[in-house]
Amino acid sequence: MIPVPAAVQRVPWKLIAILSGITGFGLLVLYSAAGGNWSPWALQQGVRFLVFLTVALVIGRFNIKIFEDFAYLGYIGILILLIAVELLGFVGGGSQRWLNLGFMNLQPSELMKVAIVLALARFYTQLPPGSTRTWTALWPALVMIGFPAALVMLQPDLGTALAICIGGVIVMFCAGLPFWWFGSTAAAGVAALPILFSFLHDYQQKRVLIFLDPESDPLGAGYHISQSKIAIGSGGIGGKGFLNGSQSHLDYLPEGHTDFIFATMAEEWGLIGGLVLLGLFFLLLRWSTRVALNARTRFGQLAAAGLTMTIFFYIAINLMMVMGLAPVVGIPLPLFSYGGSSMLTIMTCVGIVLAIENDTKKAGGRFR
Amino acid sequence: MTFTRRAMLVGGGQMVIGGALAARMAYISIIDNDHYVLESESNRVNLTLVPPRRGWIVDRRGKALANNRVSLRIDLIPDRLHDKELVLRQLRTLLRLDGDAMERINRDLKAASGFQPVAVAEDLSEADYASILVRLPDLPGVAPQRGFARNYPTGAAVGHLIGYVGAPTAEEYQAANKDPLYITPGFRVGKDGLEKYFQPMLRGEPGAKRVEVTARGKVVRELDTTEDKQGKTVHLTIDADLQEYIARRMGRESGAAVVIDCDNGDILSFVSMPSFDPNSFSDGISNSEYSWLRADDHQPLINKATRGLYPPGSTLKPMAAIAAVEHGVDPSERHTCIGGYRLGSRFFRCLGTHGSVDMATAIMKSCNSYFYWLAHRLGYDAFAPTAKMLGLGEEFQLAGSNQRYGTIPDSAWKMRKYDQAWSASDSLNAIIGQGYVSVNPLQLAVMAARIASGRKLYPRLVNRQFRNDPLPYSADALAVARHGMDLVVNGPGGTAGRSRLPLDGIAMAGKTGTAQVRGLNTGNGKSGSWRFRDHGLFVCFAPVDKPKYAAGIVIEHGMGGSRAAAPVAKDFMTFLYDREKAMEALETFEAGWGGTIKERMDRDYMAWKTGASSDPDPEIPQ
Repeated sequence: MIPVPAAVQRVPWKLIAILSGITGFGLLVLYSAAGGNWSPWALQQGVRFLVFLTVALVIGRFNIKIFEDFAYLGYIGILILLIAVELLGFVGGGSQRWLNLGFMNLQPSELMKVAIVLALARFYTQLPPGSTRTWTALWPALVMIGFPAALVMLQPDLGTALAICIGGVIVMFCAGLPFWWFGSTAAAGVAALPILFSFLHDYQQKRVLIFLDPESDPLGAGYHISQSKIAIGSGGIGGKGFLNGSQSHLDYLPEGHTDFIFATMAEEWGLIGGLVLLGLFFLLLRWSTRVALNARTRFGQLAAAGLTMTIFFYIAINLMMVMGLAPVVGIPLPLFSYGGSSMLTIMTCVGIVLAIENDTKKAGGRFR
Repeated sequence: MTFTRRAMLVGGGQMVIGGALAARMAYISIIDNDHYVLESESNRVNLTLVPPRRGWIVDRRGKALANNRVSLRIDLIPDRLHDKELVLRQLRTLLRLDGDAMERINRDLKAASGFQPVAVAEDLSEADYASILVRLPDLPGVAPQRGFARNYPTGAAVGHLIGYVGAPTAEEYQAANKDPLYITPGFRVGKDGLEKYFQPMLRGEPGAKRVEVTARGKVVRELDTTEDKQGKTVHLTIDADLQEYIARRMGRESGAAVVIDCDNGDILSFVSMPSFDPNSFSDGISNSEYSWLRADDHQPLINKATRGLYPPGSTLKPMAAIAAVEHGVDPSERHTCIGGYRLGSRFFRCLGTHGSVDMATAIMKSCNSYFYWLAHRLGYDAFAPTAKMLGLGEEFQLAGSNQRYGTIPDSAWKMRKYDQAWSASDSLNAIIGQGYVSVNPLQLAVMAARIASGRKLYPRLVNRQFRNDPLPYSADALAVARHGMDLVVNGPGGTAGRSRLPLDGIAMAGKTGTAQVRGLNTGNGKSGSWRFRDHGLFVCFAPVDKPKYAAGIVIEHGMGGSRAAAPVAKDFMTFLYDREKAMEALETFEAGWGGTIKERMDRDYMAWKTGASSDPDPEIPQ
């Protein structure tokens, strides 16, 4: 038996395999979506993946204390960036999301998804265990979630605002806040849906209405959903074969390389391809959930659970959208869709979870 | 341990959602697979129907009255037309469309539903067609097509006979159970006449072109093509050459002429003039051309052969003679014409003072007095059944015709209609084909054919079997009528003596008629404005000794049968036996009228468009 060097042992090969599996599959789909070309998408996405994977592995070597110490600072800094977006951000694609820094366009709302989880994890770590069932455990968290969510809604970006809320709420839930608070809030939320609906922009309202009745606008906004379902449904069990998807190749499927990439994949790879991809995502989430369960510190537990939920939220909402179970909100499929912002967020999440795992391993196990 | 429980709960929730997503995907791709495969195919494959070539309509010798020619066309698909103004402006420049055409296109666009195409232009030159093809990517909604167009070689000569074709209307599309063929550019349905009547036969089966298209409608490649199946040919009894000759011979007159084969009832010509050119309808008639046709007081849009009703005037006298003989009148019995006939206090005028006449002479000279005397003696109820037996007032089973069949009155009819008793003066009016009597030119031709053949002939346009039984009249009765008609043309002083055929051994028999448009007391019908002049009628058959051809001719406001109608009959009967001689006569006339039908129509239309009158006083061709 050849002894494996410690440096090699430290590298999380299984995680890298899962991430590469998802992204590699995505590259094949992007290659096909471009009509059998590495450009314009597949090659760039591959290079980007290597860069972000390196970033994630580097983040994973950081001491977990750094994230805990800088959680509030980072949160406030990104909140200021969000406000700056409101004041200075330029308008692109009908919404105000980017901050032009000269050398790149920064989308602070993406960073906020991570920051809110870390900030709340820090908050509940500091909170005395006896206070978790009191008012003190609730209102600061609500304020911390409410501000960025409201700012992102103003941009307007419904999907990201929901992602921020869900990440924060899961941290609160895992922190042990009373169960009935969540139950009654959910009930109140359902009751308040019509009011919330009225706060949505016209085009967002339209999307929701069309989601409820796609037939009402088959050529307009309902077109995305019906073409996506046609692509998935016509793939059948085995798919039409690599490079043979007519829906994506003939442009019937809009956004076939970004938000609707799952449909592009399913058309060519069928149900089997879909289940393989779901399986890879399951392995990724199982890994990060185990990290949360085994984490040594309370901060690690809460942060890992919240970040897992953030990743899951992307996957679930995107898949529900392409299968016609949710309205069309612009949320990409993690690591699979073409695009840098979401990959940056996901890889940052993965890196932090990796840091938590390393922290647990270093200490030789939980609570020791 | 709260965290572990809650984190497990969250993880469990995620698993449930993930499982639900997997189940949903399985449902879509297994249970609904067939449905979505179909939808994906219908996305990918654009099935373009190729309109079938219409069947030909040919005459008795196989000569085409309606055929097809290659046509390069440009259509608009309203649903794909996003920037209407821009596209129309471009098309207008590229194809040099005039205001008329633009008006029609806009009107059609308003009336069109969804994918129903609107014709922009047909029969484009290769150059114009190519100029559109290269700009196609910038002209969404524009559909170029290489197809077939209906063609009528003899144009206006067959307008009323054949009818015309046009793009299907929204109603026709609905009626055809939304058959996609009906919204395919270039597809035509029969709109009138035989084109409409034989539509199911002429239509044919469409071909199909399957192409793979992108979401934006760009064709990626052709998949496969099925050829169209041309419609069946319709064989008519018409003699195309005769049809065209008569149409041309009508000149600037308004009228109708029907020629029937006395052996079997075949209709050899079925002319109503002036007419429209069915070629202008097949590619969508312009607004102004249609208004021009409507504005013409010669009514080119009405088929006068079946829809024109006229008092038959003296053309009924041979029929009256048959009825009289059948009622026991001796044809050699004489009556003295003193220029009229006195009935009580009223004096019914004759056109001349004919002196002592027998039956044949009375027909020859068209003596009203003689027939007034017969009618007074027998009553009109003795004549009406014969008139009906000879086809007057009858509606015939005739392909594609919409007939108005007029009136043959009798005492029962008057009682029914006016609740009044029949009077002797009604009889006197009816016997000379005035009063309540009205007939159409087709009926006049049938009457002539029945008298000539002695059989109850039914007119036919296609090979359709009728019994054509012998008429229930004695040979004597028919002989006196035929003899009288022979004298009209060939006798000493017959009313149509000038229309004797210029042929050796072939003579024509006939009877002139003059139908008063106004009462006798309001003018003499021989002068004044065209609208108030008398109609000229003529019924005839030839040859006298062995009748082969029979005809009925009406020239509206032609002032008299001998003056207007009989010369037409003389020329087309000549044509049937000696074409060269007849063509000579026709070419002389046409030189005087200003060219062929098409030349005259084009000139009239241009004149009308520029605001000038299109109604020159019709010259009398003599």
